[in-house]
Amino acid sequence: MHSIVLILSTLVKSFSGDSQAMIENLDSVLLSRIQFAFTLSFHIFFPAFTIGLASWLAVLEWRLLATGNTVYGVIYRMWVKIFAVTFGMGVVSGVVMSFQFGTNWSVFADKAGNILGPLLGYEVLTSFFLEASFLGIMLFGWNRVDRRIHFAATVIVAAGTLISAFWILSANSWMQTPRGFRIGENGLLYPTDWMQIVFNPSFPFRFVHMVTAAYLTTAFAAGGVGAFYLLRGRHVREGRVILGMAMIMAVFVAPLQLLFGDLHGLNTFSNQPAKVAAIEGLWETRRGAPLILFGWPDQAEEKTKYAVEIPKLSSLILTHDFNGEVRGLKEWPKDQRPPVLWVFWSFRAMVGLGTLMILTGLTALVLYIRKRLFDVRWFQYWCMAMIPAGFAAVLAGWFVTEIGRQPYIIQGVMRTTEAVSPVKALPIAISLGAFILTYAVVFGAGSYYIMKLIRKGPETEAEVYGSHGVKEPPLITGIVSEKE
Amino acid sequence: MFSLESFLDVQLVWFALIVTALFLYVLLDGFDLGVGILFPFAPSDECRDRMMNSIAPFWDGNETWLVLSGGGLFAAFPLAYAILMPALYMPVILMLLGLIFRGVAFEFRFKAVKSRFIWDYAFHFGSIVAAFMQGVFLGAFVRGIHVEGRSFAGQPFDWLNAYSFMTGVALLFGYALLGSTWLMMKTDGITGDWARKCASYVLGYVGVFMAIVSISMPVMNEGVRELWFTLPNFYYLVPVPIVTAALIILIWRDLHRGCENRPFFFSIGVFLMGYLGLGISLWPWLVPFAVTFRQAAAAASSQSFLLVGTLVILPVILTYVGYCYYIFRGKVSHEGYY
Repeated sequence: MHSIVLILSTLVKSFSGDSQAMIENLDSVLLSRIQFAFTLSFHIFFPAFTIGLASWLAVLEWRLLATGNTVYGVIYRMWVKIFAVTFGMGVVSGVVMSFQFGTNWSVFADKAGNILGPLLGYEVLTSFFLEASFLGIMLFGWNRVDRRIHFAATVIVAAGTLISAFWILSANSWMQTPRGFRIGENGLLYPTDWMQIVFNPSFPFRFVHMVTAAYLTTAFAAGGVGAFYLLRGRHVREGRVILGMAMIMAVFVAPLQLLFGDLHGLNTFSNQPAKVAAIEGLWETRRGAPLILFGWPDQAEEKTKYAVEIPKLSSLILTHDFNGEVRGLKEWPKDQRPPVLWVFWSFRAMVGLGTLMILTGLTALVLYIRKRLFDVRWFQYWCMAMIPAGFAAVLAGWFVTEIGRQPYIIQGVMRTTEAVSPVKALPIAISLGAFILTYAVVFGAGSYYIMKLIRKGPETEAEVYGSHGVKEPPLITGIVSEKE
Repeated sequence: MFSLESFLDVQLVWFALIVTALFLYVLLDGFDLGVGILFPFAPSDECRDRMMNSIAPFWDGNETWLVLSGGGLFAAFPLAYAILMPALYMPVILMLLGLIFRGVAFEFRFKAVKSRFIWDYAFHFGSIVAAFMQGVFLGAFVRGIHVEGRSFAGQPFDWLNAYSFMTGVALLFGYALLGSTWLMMKTDGITGDWARKCASYVLGYVGVFMAIVSISMPVMNEGVRELWFTLPNFYYLVPVPIVTAALIILIWRDLHRGCENRPFFFSIGVFLMGYLGLGISLWPWLVPFAVTFRQAAAAASSQSFLLVGTLVILPVILTYVGYCYYIFRGKVSHEGYY
């Protein structure tokens, strides 16, 4: 999961206060930003889904081995196919990310390579090989390895996704809160303390927040599918298990995410106050700052229009004091402010979706206590409507954190405009067009095949073996004598 | 600051590691790209299923060596990474697009029914584009990169010329050789026989192209010429082309005697010799002929920090990658595994 570096809006020109530094290489910078934002936004869907899915598959297989209840096996085999499609798309879009630091941000790669290179190197070594190798066993190894080894392969893949998240979020967090380095006379950055680099101040918060987000994304995506089966009266046994497990996540983890997000926000408040000011839509530094629920931040006029406010709440949340001081955007020169509108609204989208998730969990809890969780139709429709919620929230969250870091690529150290490769605008425009076209085709086809797998639903026991070309449960003797 | 510099030439170790990782990539993804290159020419759909099954458990791991080569270059030699990627911007992007289409084809193909042929072609052309572009890198690389200061200073289409086109085609044949000999090892029946015919067909081309590249390099570059054709260097280096020729003859004999496994390993030998020849010619350049691996090296502390982990983890990786190949050993069938 290469959720590194900047996501930048297509409308950066009109919203960014960064125009002055963008005179040179304007087109290359803008096009590279759009390309990176596009390929990254596309890519982040897949890790967000596969991190949660891998862990869930591990839990399913664990339940299967522990209880011997075949329903877990049936669900596993259905979702492992969806996992394979998603993972495949994640891999190919991820390879793209690992090359774009060089193709489009070569000055950044040169200057920050001493620090970010090893972090990404560790990601490849400790995670990518693990995932790629054991995924083969997970998908194709049913008839070839012992079931405990198969379970181990699933657990290893799940662990691999988390290890990957660890390194890439460490790298991204370092760009948000750089520590443990010095700037050499030649302008290159040199490491001075690896512990400070890896465990930089925002990293623990971002890691917990993102992994939890991935788990919730998967829970709501899967839960909606379970609800769909119940609604149609198909695969009812599996549907109940899927929806039930998803709602356990919604009840317990969604509220926790609110807490994690809040802690992450407080961490940002002390490390990147300009980002928080943009989130809040606050222009003037003041004590007893209000919480602006909605409004229209105007970068040029330096105010948030049509604001609906709750007095003093912002100060209370951020400083735990009704009259605490919150710094406004005017504290920073115009060319050091992020594009406020994007940060402001992405944040509200994320929080709004998170709130809906918590409410879904509470509703599920009430229905469960009344013993009606699996037969209330409107709730099934609601769960289906919530399928994209996690994906949208993850994307919105990354918009907040990445656009909120602008105009810097490394907070306070290096500007995004200084990072771009010496590549002409035309090749970038061509490559951007090619990526958009390719991803539209790949994403369209991938979604189509996933829908198809979902519509088809889990296979019953007999069909499962039949689809392998094996007419009965595989036995050791059968495998040994297996011929084409 | 932590560093292993005092008792180890860390820069040299990293250079060796990255060169090795890249070679493993060329071999491993080489055979599965090769299968993609040969894909539509197979005699039947059942053969194609078999071909796909022979590489499905491995392709993802194989491609990870490319990520390691790229990531390792970024980590250990950021300057080289920062110069080469912009210099090869278009072929890199095209290679990535090719890898996308062939990568998703694995999964989509198994799920598709009516549209399967679309993904068969996506797999084929994706493999061809990716392999061709990698050959283009080679051509552009040995022709040299125009560098000023710390960045690429050439034109967007510097990489495109008759020579790089030729090396692109050359690598297509090279990968087709790896792919066809892999299929001889992993399949039998009609597929195996067909793979044998393919192998003997492409083998001649591989020999011709290797000869062209070997002769052209000293002709084009004076440094390379001096390196190979001065005494006593000549005596040390002359085994490289001789062994290559011997291996090609051995493969040819095996193809006509019915050996199933040996041609694949001899093909690896051919690639190793070619790679060795290139490595000797281009030493010590990492961006020919502008930046050496020592000039491009990351800070000692960065290289050391990653090296400690690499030396521990890499043997583990090699062990479990080997384990996966062991689990999926033997001939494959045309039926889906899952």
